[in-house]
Amino acid sequence: MMKNSLLKLFPQKALVALLLSFSVFAFVFMSIPEVHADHTQKLIMGRSVEAFPETMSALQEEIKKAGYAISIVQRVDIGLTGMGFKTDKYRVVFFGKPEEIQTLPQKYPLLTPYLPLSIAIFAEEQETVLIAMSPLFLEHSYSKEHPELSAVFQRWDSDIQAIIHRVCYGDEQ
Amino acid sequence: MWRKFCLLTVFLSLVAMAFFAVAATNSATEHVQRPDSLDGGLLFQNKCSMCHGSEGVGSVGVPLNLPDFLRTASDNYLYKTIRLGRPGRVMPSFQTLTDEQVNSIIRYIRSWQPEIKTPVYSSESIVGNKQKGKQIFDASCASCHRQAGIGGKGTGVTFSRPRDAEIIAPAIGNPTFLASASDHMIKQVIMTGRDSTPMISAKLMGLTEQDVDHVVSYLRSLADTNKVQVSSEPKGEPVLEFESSYTLEETINNIREAAMGYNFRYIREQTLDRGFVDEGKESNDAYLVYFCNFTFLNQVLQVDPRVGMFLPFRATILKKGDTVVVMTVNPDFLCSLFNNDELKQGCAFMSEKYAAMLEESTL
Repeated sequence: MMKNSLLKLFPQKALVALLLSFSVFAFVFMSIPEVHADHTQKLIMGRSVEAFPETMSALQEEIKKAGYAISIVQRVDIGLTGMGFKTDKYRVVFFGKPEEIQTLPQKYPLLTPYLPLSIAIFAEEQETVLIAMSPLFLEHSYSKEHPELSAVFQRWDSDIQAIIHRVCYGDEQ
Repeated sequence: MWRKFCLLTVFLSLVAMAFFAVAATNSATEHVQRPDSLDGGLLFQNKCSMCHGSEGVGSVGVPLNLPDFLRTASDNYLYKTIRLGRPGRVMPSFQTLTDEQVNSIIRYIRSWQPEIKTPVYSSESIVGNKQKGKQIFDASCASCHRQAGIGGKGTGVTFSRPRDAEIIAPAIGNPTFLASASDHMIKQVIMTGRDSTPMISAKLMGLTEQDVDHVVSYLRSLADTNKVQVSSEPKGEPVLEFESSYTLEETINNIREAAMGYNFRYIREQTLDRGFVDEGKESNDAYLVYFCNFTFLNQVLQVDPRVGMFLPFRATILKKGDTVVVMTVNPDFLCSLFNNDELKQGCAFMSEKYAAMLEESTL
């Protein structure tokens, strides 16, 4: 019915031309490169003015508050000092949602090496630096084959940003 | 009829324009924290402090809160440096900040030492002889800034270096440095040097003003030469993957043996879901095996302490039906995360080593 009323309004050639002009416009508009993301989006970083033990404790608390479980805290510095190298405190905190750790590897095996998620934490004198890879860095590689993963990467990215932000800057804007 | 057609075309185009404009805006701002903030201090803490330190004393990034830096760096230089970053030299480009936000950050940086007058430089080019400039540069500057001004090794004042260590020489041949600094600013820095850094004045280096003009002319010529070396695109695939000819248990044993053969120290193995499910209920279909080469770890942490987030080496062993697959993250792919050319060689070396080790364990 709609087709008929459109055909009454416009001859078929006009409709084709209309459709073509719309498609060309949309294509040209989408081809304009969008503003490139900051490099900082590849890495999520934050600096806490608190010392390492306080920041580590705040980090674990915020990870749990965000609904994640911590699986292990890897002590990078212990191995280094054990081998005679000089280093400050350095840990990697691994965390994830149990249901995701159980289901994602079977569905998306190639994602498994990036699981569980992690945040590195290291001391710099009286301050502490937190750093994580933005899961969005992987989006381009994985979402072509699995577009549904985009939402997962977005959520992880937003959660990690929020965790690091709250640890370093509290709830301030 | 033709009028109706034109009207409809214009209407649909406007709808499309609005749709794509909204989509593009959302996409560009989605991950920028507090895009509306104009508080320079807050923006600095959110965007810059993790590398430059909360009071600009330096960390992974170079110190900014130095009188001689603030005395010689113009606002235009700071603005362009924030916007363009330094490809391959850790400093990212902040393209999604608004002009007002960048200017707020600059005002905040200036507020550390308000008594220092902000320099303003002429944008006119300095004329010199670039061949002579190269000779002078190689003799007097390259020992710190390295050949073609690619900059000193490593990052800034990192946690693994003493806090009073010398500041790493900037990459003054980097195309974005040259796009940020005017000829007259470069000349001023060479003429006066910078206190609190190893950069001494031209006079102390035995250079005349004309020599400095030659050096500036030479540096300016590097903008095009060095451009081709810059790339921030990820290399290869995110994962190194090998199908094993063995059972899961045999594969784990093979990896353990192979790793030791490659000078890695075995740390531990665990199921992937350990810590996520009750003890005894873990799945035996996915394992993680941890290894570390501590000498290498120490070396890369000295170049860039952020790399520790992917270390120690972790192999993932996954059972998919009757097949066993071994995987690990690809260091070469992850290298571009750090915008640090100093890491490239190490990343390539580790990718090769990981691949060789996993191949040996699975064949």
